[in-house]
This record gives sequence, structure tokens and C-alpha cells, in this order.
Amino acid sequence: MRHIISILIENEAGALSRVAGLFSARGYNIESLTVAPTEDPTLSRMTIVTSGTERIIEQITKQLNKLVDVVKLLDLTEGAHIEREMMLIKVKASTMAQREDVKRLADIFRGHIIDVTSSTYTIELTGACAKLDSFIDALAEHKIIETVRSGVSGIARGEKSLHL
Amino acid sequence: MELSGGEILVQCLKDEGVEYLFGYPGGAVLHIYDALYNQEKVKHILVRHEQAATHAADGYARATNKPGVVLVTSGPGATNAVTGIATAYMDSIPMVVITGQVATANIGSDAFQEVDSVGITRPCVKHNFLVKDINDLAETFKKAFYVATTGRPGPVVVDVPKDITDPNIKIPYHYPETVEMRSYQPTLKGHTGQIKRAVDLLLSAKKPMIYTGGGVVLGKGSEELRKFVRKLGYPITSTLMGLGAYPASDKQFMGMLGMHGTYEANMAMHDCDVLIAIGARFDDRVTGKIAEFCPHAKIVHIDIDPSSISKTIEVDVPIVGNVPDVLQEMNTLLEETDKKPNQKAIDAWWDIINSWRAKKCMSYDRQSDKIKPQMVIEMLHEITDGKAYLTSDVGQHQMWAAQYYGFDEPNRWINSGGLGTMGFGLPAAMGVQFAYPDDTVICVTGEGSIQMCIQELSTCLQYGLPVKIVALNNRYLGMVRQWQEFFYENRYSHSYMESLPDFVKLTESYGHVGIRIEKPEDLRKELERGFAMKDRLVFFDIVTDQTENVYPMIAQGKAHNDMHMSPYCEPPQDPERELS
Repeated sequence: MRHIISILIENEAGALSRVAGLFSARGYNIESLTVAPTEDPTLSRMTIVTSGTERIIEQITKQLNKLVDVVKLLDLTEGAHIEREMMLIKVKASTMAQREDVKRLADIFRGHIIDVTSSTYTIELTGACAKLDSFIDALAEHKIIETVRSGVSGIARGEKSLHL
Repeated sequence: MELSGGEILVQCLKDEGVEYLFGYPGGAVLHIYDALYNQEKVKHILVRHEQAATHAADGYARATNKPGVVLVTSGPGATNAVTGIATAYMDSIPMVVITGQVATANIGSDAFQEVDSVGITRPCVKHNFLVKDINDLAETFKKAFYVATTGRPGPVVVDVPKDITDPNIKIPYHYPETVEMRSYQPTLKGHTGQIKRAVDLLLSAKKPMIYTGGGVVLGKGSEELRKFVRKLGYPITSTLMGLGAYPASDKQFMGMLGMHGTYEANMAMHDCDVLIAIGARFDDRVTGKIAEFCPHAKIVHIDIDPSSISKTIEVDVPIVGNVPDVLQEMNTLLEETDKKPNQKAIDAWWDIINSWRAKKCMSYDRQSDKIKPQMVIEMLHEITDGKAYLTSDVGQHQMWAAQYYGFDEPNRWINSGGLGTMGFGLPAAMGVQFAYPDDTVICVTGEGSIQMCIQELSTCLQYGLPVKIVALNNRYLGMVRQWQEFFYENRYSHSYMESLPDFVKLTESYGHVGIRIEKPEDLRKELERGFAMKDRLVFFDIVTDQTENVYPMIAQGKAHNDMHMSPYCEPPQDPERELS
């Protein structure tokens, strides 16, 4: 099953490689990994999307907790949560028909066209991972020139939070 | 007090109470070596290879439960130390390894003797640090010792660039008394509710089994364990790493379990209904086939590391905590409760166990005209009254030492269990001998393993270490040969070593005593002669039976009740069937 694991980690050189190294050394999957400092610059928030059996996920959370730099950990998928990913996608749009169709699809998905040339549209789209996948599927008729995805970040719904 | 980085580093070691620093100098650590020059409190031990520095510190740590400390230079100094760091990591040994690094300005420039030590060691340390500011030096050392020695112990690397130890830059020195790390808070006390559940489960058992590991030794839990086991009257087995925590000579002790465990221990594992694992991690050499591991048992697991719990074997009652603390709580509960073990069932269980014991699985050919390795180990026990510190290398000799010496005290059996590092034995013995200069320290080795760190004979002379090296010389890489015999139809691919050195002459050239023993009738006399030389290193080159195998043996991936047995043990019998 797919899990979204959020961690607070000391914002120190090498912290990212400790996490990445753990996943490769133990053969765990990483679907995506995002990291940036929090409001407290000594702490980074990392979101890892991974998959595996319950046993493996349990090991992943335990092994992550065991890293000396990891301060706190929350498996967001254990409760109600919000998942967001941002995508920038550059699509060929040279004919009128193409331009209209791409614009229409972007609107349907609540995306924004953020850059325009005579032959391309660049669209910004935010949403859960699955929504971004659907948008890419919806563009099947069109030529995608470039896709950039931020990787998933997530937060728990309601009062629950991951903080010190 | 204003000190340079090099002086701060040495002062930190003094403030930590470090007695011995095992090391090897080089360019990046010269400032530190200069700071070591005019002081005597931290005794520096000059090894002959950085790998040996780490093993010596490791041996010291295993024998004393105090952290071992190492100092090596950048680049090859650090990479040579990696095997020893990984060895300590796999067996959870507290160690602080200081690696020199090129000056901060040169990091990343492929400078002379530069290597990314923090990157290379990351997967085999508990934690590591790169010190980039002299002002962080003292606190980093406090953290390094704190992390290495608390929770599940392990090696910590501190990488120190050369400019940080510059003798011309001095700052006020202050060594913190304590250190708080918001990201590192090991659990010590077990969950009271879980402990109660575990005790209830144990008292309801009809065929209980206690399985202990290195965590009991590392956690100093031997005393509580003895109380616990005797109070319950249950059978106890131990992993390779846990030997000595419970006395081998005690009637409740069933010997080691696992791949080369005793018949009775493995059979009891297979048939038990309640298993309590204490400071053990269900290593594949212990469990055999996972799907058939203790198929009838409810399992309790005490471990200080939550990630050890349900890693390979799903357990029913997990308890995260320090072994002695948890056992103490269990002992109190056992005293307070009115519930008693089911004595009738336990007696019947012992009857079954004793019928397994009657198989005498450790039998071997005592009439042979060749020296049997098992006999050598048994004789070592007699000669040293079972009180020696025994280190070993890796292979058949290691298993025989574990099986036949009979350790009655913890911290006496020192070997590389997890990583299985050949070359560990001699340098580890040096570390133990430094810790206990008046005790007998034996390195049981083979002619293969000893050659992996034989240069340390020179270190032993420099510091007058009277280690007794017992090399079981069978002219084969014995364990490899045994597997080739069992599983590769006797195709002995590259396991025979030709052109061995004359170990007696070799030892003599290093300034020590060498004794070669070829006949069983000379064994006791020659061993006694060598062991009588209390202040000399003696190398016993013992020519043993070439084709002796380690028995019993569970082939890799087989279940506990599926063992290769020695041809000399009692005829097979199936006690379950006989009793029912």
C-alpha cells in the first residue's frame, strides 16, 4: 500500500543523504521525496511517499525514527490528511485546435497557464498525485514537451499536527 | 583555559575518561598527534594497520562495556578503518572513531588523501559528524560519546578537518557535563502493561524457552537474567553473541542455538509454546527457515531497539527497553504474584529436553590419532580454569570455541558475530589485554584468519602484550571447505591454502615464542608449557584434523529440527514419539 510519511529532521548537512541512504541500503521504495526547512530554520520537513506491505512500512518508520537526526515522524496515511503536489507541464500548442483543447483541459483541472509562446503552453497544476496523473492522461492527444513534478507534500487534517 | 582544536580533542578524551586511544598517525591528524605528545593520561597505542586499531578498540569495548576510541588519518586511514567500524556496527559495540580530514577549504577538491569519510561510513555507523567549526568540537565529542554508549550502542565517527586542529587558533575550552538531543532519546524502561502480559504468558507456558543474545551482555543484564531464569526454572539457550551472560555450566543452560547450536536447544526452539527473546535480534543464523521458526510459540521480545522488534519474526508481546531494567521489573512481578509456573508441565518438558540431551550432539572422535580441534578448546578451558578472555576470528574455529569453551561469565567471549570479520581476533585480543593486563587472553584462530591481521604481532611486542594465539591449523579455509563438502559435492574450490608460512619462525621473527603441536599426545604438555609463559606472547600452531566439521549444523534456510549431526553422537531417537 502507498504511504505518505512526514518527518521532522535536523536541518543539517547530510540529513537528506541519511534518509536516502537508508532507503537504498534496505531496499525500500521511494516514490517521491520532498524536503525544505520549516518556520524553524533548524528543522526540515520531509515528505516521503513509499509503498510496501504493512510489515515493511512498520520497518520503514522504525528505521527512520532510529536515525539520530530524525526528531519526529508521522505516517499521514494512518489518518485523514491532505496531499498536494505541484506540476509544471509544457505542452505543444501551435494550432488553434490544440490551443483551445489544452486551455479547456487546464481549466477543467483548475490549472493555470503560466507561460505562453506561439507554439507552447506551460501549465501549473496543483493537487493530489492522482489528479496530476489524470491530467497527464487527459493530455494523451497532445505532445508533452516537459514535465516537472515537485513530489508530494502532505499535512494531517484537523487538530492533529507534526511539530515539536 | 584557551586551547587549540588538537588540544581540545585530547582534553575531551581525558574528560571522557578515555584510557586508551588506538591509532595510526598521518598528515591530516598531525596536529592532534602533537597535542598527544606531551601528556600521559590518554595512552596512545600505535597499531600496524588501521583495521587493527578499530578491532582493538572494539575488543576493549566488548570486554569492559566502555567505549573504544580510535584515531586515524584521512583517506586510506579512514577507509582501512571501515571494516572495523562495520564490525562494531553489526554487533552494536560502543566506539568513537576520530578520522582526520583534509582542511575545510580543500574538502571536495579531490585533495591528497581526501575521501568522503562521513559518506563512506554512513551506512555502518550509528551516527557520524563532520566538525566544521572549532567552536563545535567539544560539544560534538560529548554527543559522539553519548550516542555511542546509550540506547542500542554503536560506533560513531567524528571527522575532523586539519584546520580545525590548527595549533595557532585557540579558543576557551569547556566540556559540557551533559548533552540534550531533541532528536535522540533512547527508551530505557519497558511498558509496564506489556511486562505484565509477558509474565502472565510465561507463567502459563507448558514448554517455555528463554533465548538470549548480545543485548544482555551489552546492557549489563547478566545478573538480572540469572535471577529470572533460576526463579522460573525454564531452559535457556543463547546466541553466539550472548554466551556467558548465563553460565554455560548451569544445568538449565542448553548451549547455543542456531546454525551450529546444540541439538537440544534447536529442538526445544522448534517445539516450545512460549518463547522469550531477550536482547536478541532473530538473526538468520539463529532462525533458520523463517516460516518454520518456533511454529507453536507465542513470542515475547525484549529489545532496546524498536526496529529489532518484528523485523524478521512477528512477535506477540513486544517490550522496548533496556534488558536489566525490564528483567528487574519482571523479577519483581514474579516475586509478587501468587501464580506459579505449571510445574507438572515443566517437568515433562525437561524430560523431553533431557532425552534430546542424551543424544550427546557435541560428541566427536576422542580416539583419533589426529588432533581434534574440539579437544584443543576443551583443553584450553581446563588449563585456564574457564576464566580466560577468548577472542576469535571467523570460521570453524570460531564455532568450536563458542561450543566447547563453556563461558560462565559475560564479556569473556569476544568475536565478530554479525559481520563475521576474519582478522578480528588478534587485534581484539590486544584491546582486551590492555583492559585486563593480568588476565589470560586467548585468540582462537585459524591459519587463514590469522594472516588477515598478522602484522599486529609487532604491536604486541611493542606493548608487551602476552596474548596466547591458538591457531587451529587445518590447511583449509575450514568453514568454506565444510560448505563445499556438504553443498558443492566436495568441489573444494580455492579453499586450500598452499605455501603457508612457518608460523613458529614467523612468530619468532616478531620477537615472540612459537610452538608447533602436531600430535594429540603432545597437546596438553605443550599448551601448558606455553601458557606458563605468563609474560610472553605465544603462538601455538596446532596441526588439526583437516576434514573435521562443525556439528550440529542446520543448512541455510532449513528449520531448527533439520540438522546435520556428528557421526559420533548417540543413535537418533525421536523423543516426542517415544513419550506419546
